[in-house]
Amino acid sequence: MIIAERNPMFAKINSGIKLYFHYISIVLRSTMQYKASFFLMVAGRFILSFNGILGVYFMLSRFGQVKGYTFGEVLLCFSIIQMDFALAECIGGGFATFTSIIRQGEFDRILLRPHGAILQLLGSKFRIDRIGLILQAIAMFVYGIAVSPVDWTFGRGMTVILMLVGGTLLFTGFFLLRAAFTFFTIEGIEAVNILTYGAKEHGKYPLDIYGKRMMRICTYILPYTLIQYYPLQYLLGRTQRWYYGLYPFGVAGFLVICYAAWRFGMRHYQSAGS
Amino acid sequence: MITMEHVCKSYRVAKRNAGMKEACKALFRREVEVIRALSDVSFTIQDGEMVGYIGPNGAGKSSTIKILSGILTPESGSCLVDGRIPWKNRTEHVRQIGVVFGQRSQLWWDVPVIDSYELLKDIYSIPGNIYRNNLEELTELLHLQELLKMPTRQLSLGQRMRCEIAASLLHSPRILFLDEPTIGLDAVSKLAVREFILRLNQEHKTTVILTTHDMQDIEALTKRIILIGRGRVLMDGTLEDMRQLATKHGKPEEEKLEQDHMKASGERKTEQDDESLEHIVASLYRELDIV
Repeated sequence: MIIAERNPMFAKINSGIKLYFHYISIVLRSTMQYKASFFLMVAGRFILSFNGILGVYFMLSRFGQVKGYTFGEVLLCFSIIQMDFALAECIGGGFATFTSIIRQGEFDRILLRPHGAILQLLGSKFRIDRIGLILQAIAMFVYGIAVSPVDWTFGRGMTVILMLVGGTLLFTGFFLLRAAFTFFTIEGIEAVNILTYGAKEHGKYPLDIYGKRMMRICTYILPYTLIQYYPLQYLLGRTQRWYYGLYPFGVAGFLVICYAAWRFGMRHYQSAGS
Repeated sequence: MITMEHVCKSYRVAKRNAGMKEACKALFRREVEVIRALSDVSFTIQDGEMVGYIGPNGAGKSSTIKILSGILTPESGSCLVDGRIPWKNRTEHVRQIGVVFGQRSQLWWDVPVIDSYELLKDIYSIPGNIYRNNLEELTELLHLQELLKMPTRQLSLGQRMRCEIAASLLHSPRILFLDEPTIGLDAVSKLAVREFILRLNQEHKTTVILTTHDMQDIEALTKRIILIGRGRVLMDGTLEDMRQLATKHGKPEEEKLEQDHMKASGERKTEQDDESLEHIVASLYRELDIV
């Protein structure tokens, strides 16, 4: 009896997952139509993203350390944020490019399909071209782990994974929030970019270097100390509080808020003309 | 069965004058104007009917279709399609309808058409045998055999439109909305599309709601016409009713003021008894002041 009741839900989830991968496969096939363009884009992103690391390198080779963080430590922090952002852009491409989806009326088509809008958005706008950014982030991450003075334990290993998952979800949440804003205003959307791209930029360094006020904003308003500063303290052995390593779980709460904003926006949807 | 009762819908549109200065001002203070797209629209459409939904640009045709297909929520009024409220039971509702937007594509631009169809099979969870049957039938009727393996971007507009229509019918919808399906097509493609729609309606009893500016579409396809202007239903009847309405509205105007106009239309009447539909509709739009 219980199984019979559950069955349709399983079937639904099953078909959702199947559909998601079908979308990704078709995105891949589309992209492969333009091979040269694809490889150039991947290579370009790969090279371009070294900019950031050079910045960190030059600064720290000059000053030795920033507020007690050594080059290896900053690099670890930087590479994790970079990876979070690259993964979020890849997975959450549908949210990140939502403005143009609304403008071109593509969202109407999404609403005409018998599936949730989020599944279709994430699937159909999977950004395979972000692979260059991800590859670079992985390379830097490996290097960061090699040069950072972390005393690896099982708990710290898990914390790194939590930071990656939590961070990716956090940035995806930012994109979702921005997409929700798009339902109300297309012009004011730049302001919300401060959240996404701004967070990525100054998230390169451990957040306490910016001072107390910034820390507070980044904890209570945009909760990205949860995936950066606090777990990092635990990772680098700067605190005895092991539970700092679990802070990335807090992102779940933020996602709930983002999702609520999205639902609210959906109800205000005014389709584009014609 | 489709029923719409007293449906109203308005949009909030930001307005500003031209120029950089105005654009900067608008960043801080926006003037918002409310535009009534639909005011008190009511009609009923039976199963298996084929209805032409016409009116000038901006009359509210697309808004109606979007409400009926569950994309938009009206402010007031009620709307039932086969017992469902479109925007409330959206996912259930859209399984039963097909929508073709003549101006927008639903096919993936860079992959062969058949790949898009395979994706639609998963989107609608169409059982394998039904999918194969439908695909076979549509391929034959719309002559898609050669097109299925081509990427969408390489199709001509006429070819693409045939593929779009097939894409909207793979899941055997009970109702088909066609929003300007013949726009920009050459004569051969237009005839092919019309012939197909007629056949679909006769053989599968699919309810068809068609918006178009091409009066020949209307003449070839629909017995019933709903004329809409400035968000209101102005006429609901046959082509004959529309002709009568045109002459009825035409006459007092002629007798009153416009001498020139009277002469012109008078002359035309004597010369060719059967005025072209395009003229009738154009004069009707003008007389009803809905352009």
